[in-house]
Amino acid sequence: MAIFVDENTKVLYQGLTGSQGRFYGLRNRDYGTQVVAGVNPKKAGTDVDGIPVYASVAEAKEATGATVSCVFIPAPGVQSAVLEAAEAGLELVVVITEGVPAQDEAYFFNKVKRDFPGTRILGPNCPGIISPGKANIGITAGEIAKPGGPVGIVSRSGTLTYQALYELKLQDIGVTTCVGIGGDPVPGTSFIDCLEAFEADPETKAVMLIGEIGGSAEEEAAEFIKHKMTKPVSAYIAGVTAPPGKKMGHAGAIVSGGKGTAAAKMEALTDAGVKVGNNPTEAGELMVEIVKGL
Amino acid sequence: MDLLEYQGKQFFASFDIPVSPGEAVTTVDEAVAAADRIGYPVVVKAQVHVGGRGKAGGVKLAANTEEAREHAGNILGLDIKGHVVKIVWIEAASDIAEEYYASFTLDRAAKKHLGMLSAQGGVEIEVVAEKDPDAIAKIWIDPVDGLTEEAARAWVTAAKLNPEANDGAVDILLKLYKAYTEGDADLCEINPLILKPTGEVHALDAKVTLDGNAEFRHEGWDVYDATQIRDDREQAAHDKGLQYVGLDGSVGVIANGAGLAMSTVDIVNQVGGSPANFLDIGGGANAEVMAGALEVINNDPNVKSIFINIFGGITKGDEVANGIVTALGRVKIDAPIVIRIDGTNAEQGRAILAEHESEKLQSKSTMLEAARTAVELAK
Repeated sequence: MAIFVDENTKVLYQGLTGSQGRFYGLRNRDYGTQVVAGVNPKKAGTDVDGIPVYASVAEAKEATGATVSCVFIPAPGVQSAVLEAAEAGLELVVVITEGVPAQDEAYFFNKVKRDFPGTRILGPNCPGIISPGKANIGITAGEIAKPGGPVGIVSRSGTLTYQALYELKLQDIGVTTCVGIGGDPVPGTSFIDCLEAFEADPETKAVMLIGEIGGSAEEEAAEFIKHKMTKPVSAYIAGVTAPPGKKMGHAGAIVSGGKGTAAAKMEALTDAGVKVGNNPTEAGELMVEIVKGL
Repeated sequence: MDLLEYQGKQFFASFDIPVSPGEAVTTVDEAVAAADRIGYPVVVKAQVHVGGRGKAGGVKLAANTEEAREHAGNILGLDIKGHVVKIVWIEAASDIAEEYYASFTLDRAAKKHLGMLSAQGGVEIEVVAEKDPDAIAKIWIDPVDGLTEEAARAWVTAAKLNPEANDGAVDILLKLYKAYTEGDADLCEINPLILKPTGEVHALDAKVTLDGNAEFRHEGWDVYDATQIRDDREQAAHDKGLQYVGLDGSVGVIANGAGLAMSTVDIVNQVGGSPANFLDIGGGANAEVMAGALEVINNDPNVKSIFINIFGGITKGDEVANGIVTALGRVKIDAPIVIRIDGTNAEQGRAILAEHESEKLQSKSTMLEAARTAVELAK
């Protein structure tokens, strides 16, 4: 099993007709993902390499049975794209787009949570989600992940996620699902949402968590792991040596007022029984030990 | 994007929040002329992106032309915590009965907007939060509902301001919330928010951080960009559209992706070195971007070695290697370079680099090994 998406998941792409959407949409299809539709009101009735394009999410859903959307719309249009997908009743909206204003993220997160509780948002500014061998939705290179199990991955960073997938593959360890929750201030899906799903997934036996400085999401995850999780967890936190007050690339990655430091996050995770590595390789090695001991 | 005080006040004024009339100037003569126009007494205030201006002598009251000239002369060019004052704001002095604190920001854990209001203003809110947390009245606002007048009034009552200030405070807070949301700010803070002896409530200071991601829907934000404090390296990187943060070590760092770049900075520290910068070139990493990144790093005289850390995902290792080789042909680099390429097509990438290897260009297969080599070369 996998969490959130698998080989039966039908995905539509909002922004399939743009250069990024087309590139990754077709790549995702080549991987084996059921890419069933694109949405563009100006290009309804056309197709992208055989994938039909519809005028609206509702029409695309009606015609194809898609339950998941992957959003490649430029930042100014993301809020209306997410709300359209939620209104159409999709279960998961994966927002790859970076540079979405924080006020928009705060608005559509709360709007969807209240009015469309059946819809989960993943991202914005995330690499997407991959259940290796089953479905790849987003911009992760599928070939760096080994299908199967027993490890689930949840990460706030893109390239570090790839690094983690790759290190596990080199060690011949498979992954059930890898979720990139993104580095923005209001992520639609949290560490805890993913940990909860991994805990419930019988095929996932251990979880790797990759965090970074800023906010308190890792501390909250540690609290959840301590009290609610039975499966072993390894972790890595990026930004140990980041200077306070400087944004390190991600909108969320900033140490302010002494809060959100890597040290505090690592301490909270260690206290929750998590094996914390000092660099991505070490976190991978810790996971190898965990898997050997399963 | 952090605004200077006078920019913050202009931003507030555009949302009808009462601020003192004033002028921003860059020379002593202009300061005196502005003060004469505004009318005495005036306050001469240093415009810098750091706190603690008052203690550093960057805020002075002037009762007449002579004092305005003297203070402006002392403050312009003053070094406040490493920030040299280039702009002063001259504003009409205000009579103060009481000083409060008010702010809006995003509470990331609650995923709601957080408003904070305190009757203890004029001091750092972190100090109040530590010593007397009950002195801060907090309100969590659902962005879908916004801040209603009713909620604002209950919040103001809970803050126990002088009752005379309540109506004025409610009015300003509603406008401040509008400025924060519609103005696309990450932070709007007024400290102090003052009650005048005449009963009006007024923003005496302004601390505003705008969300750079929202620039597309606001005209004129480029004037704020022009006053951002960047060192020469940061300015050069900014001009090339690179994500760069200057640090003070000797190992130049280039990586693709924010997380990997942060991780690279960490690992250089862990093996006993000190990074000169954080530089994220994004997922693409083509020759153009790589050449730009190398130019920025090369212009930093502190850099003794360069560590390029690339994880090939969609971008393949061989493409990255070709990009680096092309970039090296275009930019003359003084410091030795250590490259680690991993991920998709990493072996092909390393093979391409192998043809160009020398004392000045080495390729290592792991992050740790590459970091150690780069740190050794920097010594």
